[in-house]
Amino acid sequence: MAHVLSLRCRECSREYPVEPLNVCEFCFGPLEVVYDYETINRVVSRERIEAGPRSMWRYADFLPADYNPRTDINAGFTPLIRSRNLAEELGLNELYIKNDSVNPSYSFKDRVVAVASAKALEFGFKTIACASTGNLAGAVAAHAARAGMEAYVFIPADLEAGKVLGAAIYDAAIVAVDGSYDDVNRLCSELADRYPWAFVNINVRPFYADGSKTLGYEAAEQLGWRAPAHAVAPAASGAMFTKIWKGLNEFADVGLIDGPVETRMHLAQAAGCAPIAEAYADGRLIIKPVKPNSVAKSLAIGNPADGYYALKTIEASQGSAVIVAEHEVAEGAKLLARTEGIFTEAAGGVAVSALKRLAESGAIGRDESTVVYITGNGLKTVELVQDVVRPIHISASVDAFEAAVDARVS
Amino acid sequence: MRRVRLTFLDHMIRQPVIYQMARDFDVVTNIRRADVQENVGWVILELEGGEEEIDRALEWARGLGVRVDPALGDLVEG
Repeated sequence: MAHVLSLRCRECSREYPVEPLNVCEFCFGPLEVVYDYETINRVVSRERIEAGPRSMWRYADFLPADYNPRTDINAGFTPLIRSRNLAEELGLNELYIKNDSVNPSYSFKDRVVAVASAKALEFGFKTIACASTGNLAGAVAAHAARAGMEAYVFIPADLEAGKVLGAAIYDAAIVAVDGSYDDVNRLCSELADRYPWAFVNINVRPFYADGSKTLGYEAAEQLGWRAPAHAVAPAASGAMFTKIWKGLNEFADVGLIDGPVETRMHLAQAAGCAPIAEAYADGRLIIKPVKPNSVAKSLAIGNPADGYYALKTIEASQGSAVIVAEHEVAEGAKLLARTEGIFTEAAGGVAVSALKRLAESGAIGRDESTVVYITGNGLKTVELVQDVVRPIHISASVDAFEAAVDARVS
Repeated sequence: MRRVRLTFLDHMIRQPVIYQMARDFDVVTNIRRADVQENVGWVILELEGGEEEIDRALEWARGLGVRVDPALGDLVEG
């Protein structure tokens, strides 16, 4: 049984029953899940977690939905890899890469949708929906396929077909909406009121968002039950970033790791869409929404729902926010591939380039343990790094090959 | 009824935009949450009225330089 007491408004603390709700009716603040930490504290232990499944459901005691094999596609418990080459290049001695690009649908979104889809079934929904330009669409469609639920994925009509292939393959209904990005946003908020569907990031958002806490739990467990000194993560809505911090703190609160958590949380965005990082740079807690114009499409949220809370997380953890230049997005992805053999999409490129800046500036000290979060797979955004394809073209003869190799070496 | 988030930047922060909107358009405005500081502020505004009239009112506000966004933040994710 999930150890959940209620939902609570993050602003006015008004409590609500555990239902598909996401907004406080009184102050319009976002709702979050309230857990029964007394029970969690009593039942959890390192041994219990270690004996659990090799997926994010090993942390089921901390999640707001019960494990349901009907929706499970084995999300999470992805590798935490000790970096040698990238660490050396950046002058760091203890760098770890949380490679979440190897989730079942190739991004961290499997974590949030794993919880959202399990909760949707608990609530009795038969249809699950989202508005997405890529990663979320794939995760929703894959989980729906496994669960035997219907899936509706809304996209802007001018989105390249390749972007939605990763959802269409699971036989989801892809709805291409004529109009701007803003029109898709508005349509989906209206549809969420009208249809009895689980819109993962609307009416089941409080549950959905907590799936990302497992990114904090896993890093702590895989580090040998301790929190890192630094965490570097990309941000779009900012929700994942806040949940990594929440996950680490929950582990400390129930004694699974030593507290207080002193991890410095560093948020990464690309210059073409950096509303959270710009607010940090200006010393504001108010987000000025922006019109995204970035190659990091999976981070292109101009009006981030959790921007304020991400800024509060930075403040609480004495972290920072980094804006990387647009050209550094592909450079970061190439750097990670070249040094560690991990092919990430644009969001990972943003995280790696931000890490590089933090190491160069001394914000991350040489001997301080650091986890960088790689949240999506490079095969999703091949156009970002197309210029690496430069084959050595030869005729089919040994002479031609050797001549080409000589030319390459010299 | 429609809920939007209005963001006021720089010079707009001192203008009585919501008063003018309610006066000049056939909409009922209701401020539900707000945070207004010296140089930047936001308001979660509920608007009641005909759909077209709400569209006209918001277009007018955009024309003044007020930013209009969905109240819940962007729903389209990557």
